[in-house]
Amino acid sequence: MGKKQLENEVRSEKKSGFDKNSNTYIITYSVIMVVIVAAVLAFAALSLQPKQEANTMNEKKMAILASIGIESTAENVDAQYAENITAYAVDARGDVVESISADEVLDGLKDLRAFREKAFPVFVSKDGRNIVPVIGKGLWGDIWGYVALDGRWEKVKGVVFDHKGETPGLGAEITSAKFRSQFEDKRIFDNGQFVSVAVLKGAGASAGNDYAVDAVSGGTITSRGVQAMLRDCLGSYVPYIEKQFAAQLPSVENNQELNEESNE
Amino acid sequence: MSNTEKEPLFSAKNLKCLTGPLSHNNPVIVQVLGICSALAVTAGLKPAFVMALSVTTVTAFSNLIMSLLRKGIPSRIRIIVQLVVIASLVILVDQVLKAYVYDVSKQLSVYVGLIITNCIIMGRVEAFALGNKPWPAFLDGIGNGIGYGMILIIIAFFRELLGAGTLWGYRIIPESWYIQNGGFYSNNGLMLLPPMALVIVGIIIWIHRSRNKDLIEK
Repeated sequence: MGKKQLENEVRSEKKSGFDKNSNTYIITYSVIMVVIVAAVLAFAALSLQPKQEANTMNEKKMAILASIGIESTAENVDAQYAENITAYAVDARGDVVESISADEVLDGLKDLRAFREKAFPVFVSKDGRNIVPVIGKGLWGDIWGYVALDGRWEKVKGVVFDHKGETPGLGAEITSAKFRSQFEDKRIFDNGQFVSVAVLKGAGASAGNDYAVDAVSGGTITSRGVQAMLRDCLGSYVPYIEKQFAAQLPSVENNQELNEESNE
Repeated sequence: MSNTEKEPLFSAKNLKCLTGPLSHNNPVIVQVLGICSALAVTAGLKPAFVMALSVTTVTAFSNLIMSLLRKGIPSRIRIIVQLVVIASLVILVDQVLKAYVYDVSKQLSVYVGLIITNCIIMGRVEAFALGNKPWPAFLDGIGNGIGYGMILIIIAFFRELLGAGTLWGYRIIPESWYIQNGGFYSNNGLMLLPPMALVIVGIIIWIHRSRNKDLIEK
């Protein structure tokens, strides 16, 4: 290894009569050491990079599958994903962006914030559920997740959350099944008006409320973060979802047409 | 015969480098080093085991490399050289974990990077490797790593069993015992928080000293 070489070099220098504490020796020593270390680390980083990237991608695919209740492992996640999920992107006006392919959408998850500057990813499961990625801020760092909505974009069908470094036992509880299961069948539209899902403080605060869940106790700031994340990120899809509603419900469509006519 | 002048690989003296840190010179419970990470990564057996393995690798190889380099290092920059060697080894370990045991590396999160600041490693390099031949230094590194890991695993065993009812992720305490399933048992949530690890370290030290009276301070 490189270190051994270094040692030999150092030894030969010593034999030729160098003073070990002279500036020349110290500087030469440091330079050689730094170059060798840099080479070893760069080599390791480059050779392990593809495997590391595959791991992070697998993790995202697993989270997408988990949001619609499909458990997968690192071994079968690629096959499961290919079998169950397709993807497209929509823009802020609510139109599908044709120029972005499904693979590019998936790739965009690597840096979701940057991707959201230009378009918003939508993943569709085989049985027609829509899954959207969400990202926001918790107490100590980023929180993110995937929200699965039913085919009509009305009800939440499942969520997964993850976080960078929320407090274990408190804020980190947003990843627990107990917190996540509350989201099942919550609605994000109230009479056609986007309301998102609120996260209310106090056990039982959301009882009977179709538009809210209970916050994590002791994790107030993280819970607020979840609420803000859902409002902001789901909100980005509102123009698109409203177009879907218009297509589904003829009456709404008529109204919109009327509005458009009056605008003209 | 060369054997007469050359020390055998596992002579009594060399073996002492390996076994000393396991009990009488244990880095965690006798020298009280590396406590921070012992509290942080011991909520489950798996992260504790991987942490133990990582620290053992780093102490062993940093000791080995520093011992090989010991004659050439300018003494004025020796701490810097130690840090560079240790830091590079830790980065290597971190990269390997990220590539091959991704879920564990996520659980350990920043604590892998913090191996660099684990006092055991610099302590052993400074106190032992710089004054000894590579082989004993390597053994000393392994011994200290295992001594540290052993304590981590004992702590993790109790924390995972009593805090989550599982060991290595497998369920040990049957589901039907739990109150929510109509049983009588409930996990001790405090076990999952770092303060309980400190209490367990304290109990281990207590038991250890009561069996090794010579370690008790006057």
